[in-house]
Amino acid sequence: MSDSSVVAPNAGGAPKVSKISEAVIRIAGNSQDGIQAIGGFLARLAGRSEQEVMTFMTIPSTISGGPSIFQVRIGSGEVLSSGDDADVLLCFYQHSYEEHIKSLKKGGIVLYDSDHIEAKPEWQKDYHHLGIPISSLTVEAIGGTAKDKGKNIYSLGLIAKMFDLDLPKLEKLITERFAGKDQSIVKNALAAFHAGYAHSLGNVLETFKFVDSKGKDGQQVVMNGNEAIGFGLIAAGVRFGAGYPITPWSDIMELLRRELPKYGGSFIQTEDEIAAISMAIGGSYAGRVAVTGSSGPGISLKTEALGWAIMAEMPLVVIDVQRGGPSTGMPTSIEQSDLNIACFGSHGDAPRVVIAPADVEDCFYSAIEAVNIAKKYSVPVILLTDQGIATRIEAFTEPNLEKICQDISPTFTPVADHKPYDLSKADGITQHLPPGTWIQSGKYPIVTGLEHDELGHPTGSPKLHMQMMAKRRKKLQALGNTLPTPKVYGPPEGNVLLVGWGSTQGPIKEAVDRARAAGDSVSSLHIKHLNPLPPGLENIFAGFNNVLVVEMNDEGLYGFGQLGGLLRQRYCDPKIRGINKTDGLTFKVKEILERVKTNVADGLRKH
Amino acid sequence: MSQILTDAPQSPKILPIHVPTDEERKGLTKKEVAADHPTWCPGCGDFSVLALYFKLIEKRKMHHEKITTVAGIGCSSRFPYFVQAHGAHYIHGRALPFASGISLSRPDLHVFVFGGDGDAFSIGGNHFNHTARKNIKMTYCVMDNWVYGLTKKQTSPTSPLGFKSKTDQWGAIDYPINPMKQAIAAGATFVARTTHTNPNHVLQMMEAAMDHDGFSFIECLSECVEFYEGAFDSSNPRKGGQFNLVPPTHDVTDEGAAYKLAGEAFPGSFGIFYKVNKPTKNAKETEINKSMQEKVKGLKDWEILQKNFDRMK
Repeated sequence: MSDSSVVAPNAGGAPKVSKISEAVIRIAGNSQDGIQAIGGFLARLAGRSEQEVMTFMTIPSTISGGPSIFQVRIGSGEVLSSGDDADVLLCFYQHSYEEHIKSLKKGGIVLYDSDHIEAKPEWQKDYHHLGIPISSLTVEAIGGTAKDKGKNIYSLGLIAKMFDLDLPKLEKLITERFAGKDQSIVKNALAAFHAGYAHSLGNVLETFKFVDSKGKDGQQVVMNGNEAIGFGLIAAGVRFGAGYPITPWSDIMELLRRELPKYGGSFIQTEDEIAAISMAIGGSYAGRVAVTGSSGPGISLKTEALGWAIMAEMPLVVIDVQRGGPSTGMPTSIEQSDLNIACFGSHGDAPRVVIAPADVEDCFYSAIEAVNIAKKYSVPVILLTDQGIATRIEAFTEPNLEKICQDISPTFTPVADHKPYDLSKADGITQHLPPGTWIQSGKYPIVTGLEHDELGHPTGSPKLHMQMMAKRRKKLQALGNTLPTPKVYGPPEGNVLLVGWGSTQGPIKEAVDRARAAGDSVSSLHIKHLNPLPPGLENIFAGFNNVLVVEMNDEGLYGFGQLGGLLRQRYCDPKIRGINKTDGLTFKVKEILERVKTNVADGLRKH
Repeated sequence: MSQILTDAPQSPKILPIHVPTDEERKGLTKKEVAADHPTWCPGCGDFSVLALYFKLIEKRKMHHEKITTVAGIGCSSRFPYFVQAHGAHYIHGRALPFASGISLSRPDLHVFVFGGDGDAFSIGGNHFNHTARKNIKMTYCVMDNWVYGLTKKQTSPTSPLGFKSKTDQWGAIDYPINPMKQAIAAGATFVARTTHTNPNHVLQMMEAAMDHDGFSFIECLSECVEFYEGAFDSSNPRKGGQFNLVPPTHDVTDEGAAYKLAGEAFPGSFGIFYKVNKPTKNAKETEINKSMQEKVKGLKDWEILQKNFDRMK
């Protein structure tokens, strides 16, 4: 909790109120305890209070039950990661207490359900213990039939008291959350909340109050990465797609299935992953930019069809919400190990576009960008996110939907003549006419996975194969030339440049801030467009002694992660090395800094 | 704030051309609808299926742009190249989900899918079952030759027991799939059987299939003269065989009776085995859309999305 002064014990009287600019609260329990709901309320409250917020959660891969955590970091300033160590740990069971106490800062507060937890004496000197019989007090407040239900809302009341949170706003959020259900449910939830809020914090020495936020421009919206992608696709004008359930992608398909009919569109649940991408490509052929998606195992299954879409030059958006691999791997863990399959997965030379959003807001805009690139360049675009960004909640400035929403409905205006694979076009960009379009010359194009001539008819001509291969390559080179060179975070020259992609942007930037505050020469670079790469990276790399690629994947046979390998291949720069890990959790800021130190033998200061 | 780097592309520039009305346009001739010369071996049964597809287009006065022909991989699946109209030659076994994507997003088109027995019942077996059970509107004509032809004589899922192929030199040992039973059991709402040696019958079945509102399946025996010559002789009167029509007393809505017909020993019967009217997936999705759109009546797309965003504040 930055800005909070060291607490001196005060005998009796009201607890001391410390002004803070941010706090990290970790809630640990089992997956059915509704701890995600507490986190969700806190996140949305932060959004409504113009604060920044970032959450982090783990879910067990079992269907019901199993330990689960939800961490919320709320700040009045910029929040870049979900926080390394918690200021407050709220825990419901002995196992949650024992498992997570180490994630608490020394001197932090552990708020525990004394009905289920026996505090350990040896931990009492390092952490401030506050035991409250949460389970029995909840039953007392809302009646015995509630059983374990409601203790999350009771705990929310405790937290609201501890952080002096905005009571009316929280009451409104709770009422909205349960609106539409039985009136007694709203009543019970509010009763539990008020009981928690009214409960004495006992011997707690300190409560907190957030300093006023600097204020964000405009209204904020609060959602997770999967929702941001789903809504981004809708804003982009996507009206057709198909998918097959797999964690953690399923949320996106459920959202599209639910929402698209309102816009006259459809999202189809298919019999398997191959059918899903095939149906989406069929939709694209019929005139839409269609979407499909999956996680690792499903992406593997889709690659043959993806190759067809590249060969036939079909617009298509493929979402890959990465998880731990290979094979079934670690379905609920975070990993960035699908970059290689995203860039290269297919037989033959099959160039496609790969984009990785950096945070939840970026998920929304990247989805729109993916659709537009797919349509403009008539090419499949893979949007790479991961389990971390998919489930984490952030608040961001509400987009101007009236301005952003696009109509990309197909038109069927008759044409005199048409050659989709016109080799005379310098940029190599194909434009398809969907079925239903009358071509008056009477010569109709065909789309195929066979090498083809300008009308799409198969050919065995070596010359045409080379020309068409070049055409498919050139259009992506043309796209590459239009991409903006990413900006260096921190000074553009120095000792260490941390390079990252995807959801690690936040912790990497925070690591840079911390290192620079300590006087070290560290900057960072976030690469969003991974295939093709943007121009000018070599000039940026030239300004640093060490280029360390921070990735949540394995260091590989030769010591480089997947982006590290790609950058080495592209720039042949021996300065490029990797900081990799595969423990299934997001990078902590201190973890990055420790790894940087051990990697750079001659120290972090610039010589 | 992030920005969108690529704007939505504009539609291609279209040259102004004279557009006659549908009434002014004549029906297509065979010449106008024929494209590449077929790559099939001389004498292949597939020629006759292609000729009858042309005849169907001619007879029903379909215009080019309303024809969409889709296929997977196999000898017969080269079909779309030979038709001068919109079409797609997709990957092995996956023509049905591809065609479903067209069918479900374009109610103005009737999609024809052509393929072989390997495409339909082996690599694409799963898709066959699910497209049938969902009753997605399209016509699927499987040109069944009981052998893998394109890859030169391996055992196919419909090869009869004892058929000697390069992968079963001693004769096929795996029990073959019965396409008719498979289709009925999967829930196809139109199931018919025909053979390339009876052109009038093929055309009749194609017309009936096209007019069926739902997933219509035709098994069309189509001889591979190269790798399984004479396979269907016993169904061809010119070769001393018997071409038996489905008895006029057969009730096409009786699933049990249809299944019984499908179980007859070769050459069996030809005609419509099963035909029922059930709402298609296309119609059901449209129904969902209607009721969902009723709730957002009068709102522009961005306003519908705004409602979601307002709930996330």
